[in-house]
Amino acid sequence: MDLSYTPEQEEFRARLREWLVKALPALPPKPSPDDWPGRRAYDLGWQRTLYDAGYADVHWDASPTMRLIFLEETETAGAPYVGANFVGLLHAGPTIAAEGTAGQRDRWLPSILRGEEVWCQGFSEPDAGSDLASLRTRARRDGDEYVVTGSKIWTSHAEVADWCELLVRTDPAAPKHRGISWLAMPMDAPGVTVRPLRTLAGSTEFAEVFLDEVRVPVANRVGEENDGWRVTMVTLSFERGTAFVGEVVACRRVLGEIAREARANGRWDDSGVRRRLGRLYAEFRALWRLTQWNVSEGEAPSGGGPGAPGVPGVPGVGGSVFKLRYSRARQELFDSAAEVLGVGALDLEQPWVVDRLSSLSYTIAAGTSEIQRNIVAERILGLPKG
Amino acid sequence: MRFQLTDDQRDLRGGVRELLARRFGREVLRGAVERPGLDRGLWRELGEAGFFGLRLAEAAGGVGLGVPEAVLVFEEAGRALLPGPLVATHLAAGAVPGAATGETVVTAVGGGGLVEWLDEADVVVGEVSGAVALRSVDPLTPLHRVPGAPAAAGPDDLFVLLTAAEQLGTAVRTCEAAVQHARTREQFGRPIGAFQAVKHLCAELLVRVEVARVAVYAAAVTADPVDIAAARLAADEAAVRGARDCLQVYGGMGFTWEVDVHLCLKRAWVRAERGGSITESEELLAGELLVEAG
Repeated sequence: MDLSYTPEQEEFRARLREWLVKALPALPPKPSPDDWPGRRAYDLGWQRTLYDAGYADVHWDASPTMRLIFLEETETAGAPYVGANFVGLLHAGPTIAAEGTAGQRDRWLPSILRGEEVWCQGFSEPDAGSDLASLRTRARRDGDEYVVTGSKIWTSHAEVADWCELLVRTDPAAPKHRGISWLAMPMDAPGVTVRPLRTLAGSTEFAEVFLDEVRVPVANRVGEENDGWRVTMVTLSFERGTAFVGEVVACRRVLGEIAREARANGRWDDSGVRRRLGRLYAEFRALWRLTQWNVSEGEAPSGGGPGAPGVPGVPGVGGSVFKLRYSRARQELFDSAAEVLGVGALDLEQPWVVDRLSSLSYTIAAGTSEIQRNIVAERILGLPKG
Repeated sequence: MRFQLTDDQRDLRGGVRELLARRFGREVLRGAVERPGLDRGLWRELGEAGFFGLRLAEAAGGVGLGVPEAVLVFEEAGRALLPGPLVATHLAAGAVPGAATGETVVTAVGGGGLVEWLDEADVVVGEVSGAVALRSVDPLTPLHRVPGAPAAAGPDDLFVLLTAAEQLGTAVRTCEAAVQHARTREQFGRPIGAFQAVKHLCAELLVRVEVARVAVYAAAVTADPVDIAAARLAADEAAVRGARDCLQVYGGMGFTWEVDVHLCLKRAWVRAERGGSITESEELLAGELLVEAG
């Protein structure tokens, strides 16, 4: 068990740190949360900056430990988050890299890395949430094209995306996992309608996407027809492991700020408040250790590459253990902020109040805590399926 | 960074697990419950296996290993519910003659003035005059209490860390037992583990174990007092809450003397006190948080 970094890793960290000091002041001002075209331009610009500096493919080609260092340092320095590049860099891109043809890789991957195109995700449907494989959006083959009709939901960045990684049903007669295909759909195709969804936090973080006879070339299918479920699982397993590195770093910083606020407003004199914050500090330290543990476990002997299936480089169900604990800890963090703020917690202008609202999605998005517990119980502990 | 067990560490853990399964399996455990008393023969065998002299230099007759290895060994002791003042004797190795070899049984005054196995120990670390016997809740841990022991004088860090390692091992045991029971016990024509209400209890058992595991292992590597405080909180929770949930999964049988779950819970309670005040650990962490926040 070794928690120290190699000289090579430390050098990577030092060079990155040095570069961030120079690169961050040159960033344009941050767009407002409601300015979607502005957010797109800002996020793509950051990806382009990373590309020019040689950091564009850190999510794909770097070892998990290098990725951990990259995410830790960029978050600590206050660099932009992946934002609109999220699906391209962490879902669609790795899927295309692992399962696409040479032509598909050449068409889509460079534009993701260079910050030229935005991807969104069309997986969930109004009637297919936790039971994703029951999705009903239908793709009918018509010559060289699929004709797609249905609706998708919880699609982030749909308003500004160029492409959508879309799961469609190509064989309604097959068992539900075996009749699904993975398509790259251009978002400007006729028949695509995007309707923003307002969250309980008041913002429009995602959208519903309605598809009415949308024509998608068969050449845009990644993987075999009806093999989309397996193709998708490659993507989903890739997302875990380092997915929350930046957030854990950020949560530790927020916890420190909450402690300082408590000290300033007198709440720190309450031993109950101090003890709860002390426990949360222990919790986030442990979550950092769990991240280091999972990343070490994910270190492939021969750097498996993005989404390479079945190699130790793909973090597996350990991600469910992490997500269960982290999502709860994040909610407790902002609840404790509210305890420190008192009446201020009812004022949307106060820090952390909107974050507290947003944190409510964490036990639901990307697999509810209930689904995660099923995964842990069935795949790790070997309990029978219900 | 390679925060995983090395092959040697895996082998060490496997070896200790095998030794304890052979020498302190379930029958011996239940026998010890019915006939309390320290098994001196087992104690010497543990000494010969290097249990107590693990961290002593080889030149001094020890094994020459470090705190991470000690933590793995104590995790296995906790998993086996091995009784006796193991941590105190381990920490006395090198200082008290015979402790390393298992000839001398050493106990110590722990958190809240608690002393385990006082009547059986050959040597006591700390002041025990006026110690009063308790009717111990744990049938495998005789207890005394030193009246007026200063609450502030908490046990030292390594004592707390190795106690946390034992808690981790007991938490592992409760998780394994709950899962085993959930797979085999049938109701409504199905293993109860097929029901989500039971399944989710088991999943949470594992989550607490894994969080405690990384916290304890990391504290063993850094030996940082803040990491140790964090580790003990996670390990106490995993062991105590784990035993409670395991008992729940066992249903009515969990409430009986015959099933081992209560032994896990009672030992976890004893160790949670032995590690000193939980409030103090939380306050230490809170103080460090403020320092880090600047």
